This record gives sequence, structure tokens and C-alpha cells, in this order.
Amino acid sequence: MSFNIYGCWTLFKKEVVRFMKVFIQTILAPTVSTMLYLLVFGVVFEDAVVIYGGQSYSSFLIPGLVMMAMTQNAFANSSSSILQSKMNGNIVFVMLAPISVFEFYLAFVMAAIVRGLVVGVGVLLIAALLVDFEVYSIGLILLFAIVSSGVMGAMGVIAGISADKYDHLSAFQNFIILPLTFLSGVFYSIQNLPPFWQEVSSYNPVFYLIDGFRHGFLGVSDVDYQQSVVVALLFFILLSILSIFMLHSGYKMRE
Amino acid sequence: MTTSAIELLDVKKRYKNTEALQGVSFSVEQGEFFGLLGPNGAGKSTLINIMGGLVNATSGVVKVMGHDVVRDYRMSRSKIGVVPQELVYDPFFSVWEMLVIQSGYFGLGRENHGWINELLETLKLSDKRDENLHNLSGGMKRRVLIAQALVHRPSVVVLDEPTAGVDVELRRALWEFANRLHSEGHTILLTTHYLEEAESMCDRIAILNKGSCIALDGKDRLIEKSSWRVAVVTDKLAGSEDLFSAALSSAVVSRSRNSTQLRISRDEAAAKNMLQKLSSLGVSDDKIQLREPTLEEIFLTMTADKVIV
Repeated sequence: MSFNIYGCWTLFKKEVVRFMKVFIQTILAPTVSTMLYLLVFGVVFEDAVVIYGGQSYSSFLIPGLVMMAMTQNAFANSSSSILQSKMNGNIVFVMLAPISVFEFYLAFVMAAIVRGLVVGVGVLLIAALLVDFEVYSIGLILLFAIVSSGVMGAMGVIAGISADKYDHLSAFQNFIILPLTFLSGVFYSIQNLPPFWQEVSSYNPVFYLIDGFRHGFLGVSDVDYQQSVVVALLFFILLSILSIFMLHSGYKMRE
Repeated sequence: MTTSAIELLDVKKRYKNTEALQGVSFSVEQGEFFGLLGPNGAGKSTLINIMGGLVNATSGVVKVMGHDVVRDYRMSRSKIGVVPQELVYDPFFSVWEMLVIQSGYFGLGRENHGWINELLETLKLSDKRDENLHNLSGGMKRRVLIAQALVHRPSVVVLDEPTAGVDVELRRALWEFANRLHSEGHTILLTTHYLEEAESMCDRIAILNKGSCIALDGKDRLIEKSSWRVAVVTDKLAGSEDLFSAALSSAVVSRSRNSTQLRISRDEAAAKNMLQKLSSLGVSDDKIQLREPTLEEIFLTMTADKVIV
């Protein structure tokens, strides 16, 4: 058994079914709260802000909000599932099975991607009813949606392994994920920032996830989208290696 | 030569400041009903967790049916079914869903559904099939854990204190089931605090204490090998309590209103000395009966903190 495909598929399916069983909390709630951002910020700044020389603020805001919702939910999916299983003790069922660390990682990250995509599609569908927005490249949108959810899914695996209680997870979310997301250009173009903050933003990997994703909608972005693709893929590979390494070492799992 | 069901070679496990296992070595042969006994904190669960791959040993070799639990973990895990001590469950799923999921982890799909139904039937869980695990009683959750451990038809079944906190009826049902598994050819490794059960069911017994294996043998051999027997004194002990304490308290196994049970050495001279002490306390010879110790008495003596002479 070089690769336990069915075992990995079962774990992935279980993770998807798990979040679908509580879809009000995992799908509906984040979709509604993201729409509230769109309503509030969209209405307030629609006429006040003009971006990229003519784009409406709503059409600029939507990709950022969708990406924010996707990444936050992808992170929440893998991190909370692993932590909850550790705290309940039911993580032993997977650990007793002939599932490799890579299969474990893959199942959790894939499920996180699915959750991110479901939330993203939900936000987009509702947004389509409220405002008009463009689609420049579906391929680019899909690429960034998948890679970005994967990035945060992998980060969620790392957080889920490291955390001993929900307090730790909350710290991870509030002190790392949220600042990285809010300071990544969800609500503004970094071209509107002073040079110093533009420089700081260029070191924020989440900025590239959002900027590249936005390019898929608008066809324009703060930096070349190819640069964003490279950064997103490198970030994904780096976090994947780290999470697989942590799983392999047995850190806080098989100690 | 037949491969051992479980093989442990100098297994050590160190946590930050404690050495949970200090070089444990023994084998469990195929088809054996093996008892692993020890007081709380002796290292039994750590050892079981290492066998199942839940915990990494610091050093040493552990094999299940000849497969190394680290290097050949897929094979070793497919050969062993562990029933954990704690009543753990996934609150999102029903009994059936959980068993199908567990079966899937082992690469088994629909072709295994017949076996899952058989397990539900045998463990009297059929009517709870669609019940969420969260809503089941402790006894029912225990049965589901057993079904989960058996879902991939392992040849080695590890029961980590399966009767802890269950009522008499379920305890009896669990032992009947364990005996049935054994008679069907499964190797059973059992840890329990009910020593009379280990005594009646296990072919061989290992006693762990403070991370070391301090005894390993057949039940009868363990009893024969003990350096003492039990003297049951049914006479009311004469003399003062102080005198009794000074003379005999270190040898007392148990005391009730009608009798006192004392350890008496198999060595003739030492036994004679003890009988003289009893006589000096006013006990007549016809009120003393000698018998072999029970497993529980041996266990308590071996795992006692003080060295008993």
C-alpha cells in the first residue's frame, strides 16, 4: 500500500461532511457577515473612492472580500477540526489507521479548500444579486481561489497541531491571520498608501493572494499577477513542507 | 518459527521529566490471551499507544505480527485493533457513519459493509445504527469503540481497560465477546484492574511497575514462583494490638473481623519463625490454614512501594 488513496479520500470526505453538517455556522454565517462588509463599505465609499482610474469601489471590494472569506474559512476548517479532535480525543481513530502524514495533510488541506470555495461561491452569488462586477479570467480566479485556500488550510493544519486549546487558536487567528488579511489590500489599493507602507505591504504574502485574485476579476492589479502567482505558490509549498514536517515529527500528536 | 503477535525489544519512553518506560521487552504469541497488569501510571497505556502507533517510543523496537510499528506502520496498524481506555467519539457522526469512516481509513469500501452489519449485530448495536454517538450511553459508546477497533478484522486486539466504569451486565457481555474473539483465533492483549478476570481469562500475564516489566509468566507459574504463601488465621489474635503490630503487621495481606491473612515464607526456617510468633500471640495451630496466594495478592505485593520481607 504505497498510497492509501481510499483512506485519504475517506478522511477528506469526512472533513467535508463534518462542516456541511453545521453549514449554518461554517457556510451561511461567514457568507452573511461578508455581505455585511460589502453593504456597509460598498455603500459608504462607492462614490467617494475611485480605483485604478475608473473602477467602481464595489467591483474592487468584492474580490478582496471573497478572498478574505475564503482564506479565513479555509484556516478555520483545518485548524478547528484538528484541535477539536485532539481535545475530544477522537483524533486517535485517524492515528490508529494506516494513513500517512502526507495523506493526513492532503485530506485536511483539500477539505479546507472545498470549504473556502463553497464560502467564496456563496459570497459571489449573493454579491451578483446586489452589484455588477466583471470577470477577466476564470482560470486566474480559480487558481488563486484554490492556492489561497490551500495556503490557509495548511496554516490551519500547523495551528491545529500546535494549539492545545481554543485560546491558542484564537490568538493565531487574531494576531496573525486577521492583521495579515486586513493589511493586505482587501479594502484599499496599496497604491494609495505612503511609500513606506507600500514597502511593508510587499512583505505580506496575503497581499499577493488578494491582488492576484483581484486581477482575475478586474484585469488590473497593484503588482504583476505573475509575481503574485509565484509568491502564492511558494507560500503554499513552504507552509505545506512545514505542516508535513510537523506531522512527521509527531509534534504534539504522537509525543 | 511462528512470528510473534507482538514483539517488544527494550522499549523506552521518556517524557520531559519522567521515564514512562524503562526498557520493556517481551513477546505475545499468536492466539494468546495476554494480560498486561500494573498500577495506575505503570506505563501500560503508553506501551499500548506505542503498539498502535499513537505514541512514538524514545527508543526500542515494537513489532505487530512481524511488522515494525514505525518503519512498516501501514501493515502493523492493519494488523492491530486498539480499544482505547477513554470513551472517545466524534460528535458529528452516527454509529453507522463512524464505522463506515473507520473502515474507509483502512482502505475498505462497500465490500466491508456486511462485516460492519455483523459487528453491529454481535455487539447489539443494530437499533442504534443511526443514532448520533453523542446520544449514546457510556456502555453503548464502549461497544462502538470495540466495533471501530474490529472494523478492519485485525488479528491482534488490544483492550485497554475495557470494563472500567461499565455495569455488571455489560462487563459480562464484554468478557464473553473477548472470549469469543479469542476462540476465533484472535490474539488478545488485555489491561484491567479486575485481577480476578485477568486470572480467569489470561494465558500469560506481564506485570508492569514504574515503567519496568517486573514479572512475566503463566498465571500458575507466577503463583508457584512467589516466595510466600498465605496463612489464614481464624483464631482471635491474643495479645495487645501493639504487640501484634510489632510482630506481624509487615506480613499482613488483609484483616477482617473473623480472620487475618498473613504472608508466610516458603522457606522452612522463616515459616517456622512466623508460626512461633503466632503461637506467642496465643494462636493455636489448628486455627491456621495455609493456602496459595491469589494473583491479586501477588500483584499487590510486587507493586507495593515498600519492599516486603
